[in-house]
Amino acid sequence: MTVPAAEARVWGVLRTTAAILAGKATRYAARLRGGGSAAPGLVAERIDPRLLAHTLSSLPLGVVVVSGTNGKTTTTKMLAAIVRAHGIRVFTNPTGSNFTRGVISAMLPEVSPTGRLAADVAILELDEWHALQFAKVVTPTHALLLNVARDQLDRFAEIDTTARLLATLAAATSSSVVLNRDDAFVARIAAGLPDGVEVRYFGVDPLATDVPALHEADVRFGDELVVPDPTPRDGLLHPQDARDFEIRFGEQAVGPVRLHQRGLAAMINATAATTAAQALLGRDFRPEAAIEALRAVRPPFGRGEVIVVDGQPLELVLVKNPAGFTVALGTYGAEPVPTMIAINDDYADGQDVSWLYDVSFESLRSQGVAMCSGVRGYDMALRLSYDDVPVDAVELDLQAALDRFTAAYPGSPKRLFCTYTAMMSLRRTLAARHGLAQFGEEDA
Amino acid sequence: MSMPRAHLRPTGPSKGAVHLVHLYPREMSIYGDLGNTRCLAARIVRHGYECVVHDHHPGADFPEQAHLLMGGGGQDSGQSRVEADLEAIAGRLRALAGDGVPMLMICGMYQMFGHAFITHDGVELPGLGILDVTTRGQSTRMIGGIVLDTDFGEVVGFENHSGATVLGTGQAPFGRVRAGHGNNGTDGTEGARTANVIGCYVHGPILPANPAVADGLIAAAVERATGRAFEPAQLDDALATQARTRQIARLLRAGA
Repeated sequence: MTVPAAEARVWGVLRTTAAILAGKATRYAARLRGGGSAAPGLVAERIDPRLLAHTLSSLPLGVVVVSGTNGKTTTTKMLAAIVRAHGIRVFTNPTGSNFTRGVISAMLPEVSPTGRLAADVAILELDEWHALQFAKVVTPTHALLLNVARDQLDRFAEIDTTARLLATLAAATSSSVVLNRDDAFVARIAAGLPDGVEVRYFGVDPLATDVPALHEADVRFGDELVVPDPTPRDGLLHPQDARDFEIRFGEQAVGPVRLHQRGLAAMINATAATTAAQALLGRDFRPEAAIEALRAVRPPFGRGEVIVVDGQPLELVLVKNPAGFTVALGTYGAEPVPTMIAINDDYADGQDVSWLYDVSFESLRSQGVAMCSGVRGYDMALRLSYDDVPVDAVELDLQAALDRFTAAYPGSPKRLFCTYTAMMSLRRTLAARHGLAQFGEEDA
Repeated sequence: MSMPRAHLRPTGPSKGAVHLVHLYPREMSIYGDLGNTRCLAARIVRHGYECVVHDHHPGADFPEQAHLLMGGGGQDSGQSRVEADLEAIAGRLRALAGDGVPMLMICGMYQMFGHAFITHDGVELPGLGILDVTTRGQSTRMIGGIVLDTDFGEVVGFENHSGATVLGTGQAPFGRVRAGHGNNGTDGTEGARTANVIGCYVHGPILPANPAVADGLIAAAVERATGRAFEPAQLDDALATQARTRQIARLLRAGA
């Protein structure tokens, strides 16, 4: 029996509506319980797998996917801020819930029962694997690919596999792809793209000096990578000092800019976001709007966020892989303060703690580490002992460790490096005590 | 002539110099394998010996002196880059292994120290044959925490491999699996050991949290380097003991 087209269409709309209503109901229930951010999305996704396609493909300015190992959350937030500063309505997934379900969960409160989203463009952060699953359902119009580093090898198995995921995502993108010219794994993706897809690059100006190496050494030196010379469409970072920088597009400069978030990695993320904004907005891109947006954007929680505890700043730094931890130590090493490190080994942290041995902790040697915590706190302390970094105490319980750490250094700024689930847990404690924004309620 | 990467000296008088060779640190040391070299070098020095660390790269001359060898895991692209060199130094490696030189080969290098690796599509890639093992490529990976009983006592770490390895008749395993998959997930063995050559899938990295294995390798290396028995210093391994025993308890509890 064939279903008449009109009936199929009606059935399709009903299905979408049912999915959205069920998702909204779950979201409401989850809020009452104070539950996780992806659950409502899971419910809606089960009812209508095409919900995403239906809702997102109608957005007039398209769908931007931001992916890569490090800096997704920060860069997505910056890009959304720049685009919003141009008067454009942006739908994004600001809770760091970077799986497909998380996108649907973020969408539910903003979508009408017929599946219409009050936005002009979607800017979505997705991890490498979920980006690819997402692209099977929704064709991204733009992709911004940041870097490939060893991250959670227990999940993605191999760095080559991760690079291939990003290459497949790029090949599925319809309009433009923005690539990191300094990351060989990412820059190489340009060669495999179909004709008609525009390629732009971002990176650190090759002429800028004193910039530490940020990317994994690519062991396949056999196939020499040639990145084309920068064009005026490519964004190049020019750091002026530790805090100020500008981004140059040929003769045009965006800057000077000073971010709330410190460090070279944040500057590179800003360069990536600004280059992608130019790709998206074309002639409508306005440097002043981008500068203003970048100056105002706050670090996402746990990414260099500063929390005031007993009158002293406590800096919360998420670390999740060797490249990220190395950059974080380089960023903060110049200003040593009492330091705590919390390492968990749940799925979201990476279950294999081997990666700690690919980070050099020598910059912590003079100051020492006041506290190691998390389920793998002893493994962290053991790792530090091989770099001759003194450790004052190990307390595996996160809350107890935080209390001892803050009590031991009442009159001093402090810093806390932590893996993902340790960060979530510690931030919940800090939020309860110091009245921070709740998860999912952060200003967009 | 190859140049050592570092020459580390103890604070007190030296009891002799041990030459440690890391095979292919660029191509075959993903998953923190560098930590094993770091651990061996640090412990050799803490025990009162000098440690000369050599990085052996493809195409370079193999160091004249080699008392202890370390090799790690890699990706397919890394393995294909070292194949030709491994063939070139195969004679030397076999002679050293036969002579009792201690070697620790993890994951990818463990497989290459075996007889052969047979890919998904049935292609047989010959190995060095220093260990009597054969590995077949599989589509599912064996990933997770692992606990073993070995001649060095309980060993804990993390395995992450898609190759399933089978021991030849008479080949001793490195250990018996108490939690995790091991060589192939079915016969309860993990790794292989012939004289002082150990191959296994244990990352973590294996040595920092299991210092008995590290000191076992060092003892054999010292005897070879100095002609005298190993004279260990008393090292404080309290952190390693805590890290190891807690992780073993967690994994055995989860598997129970």
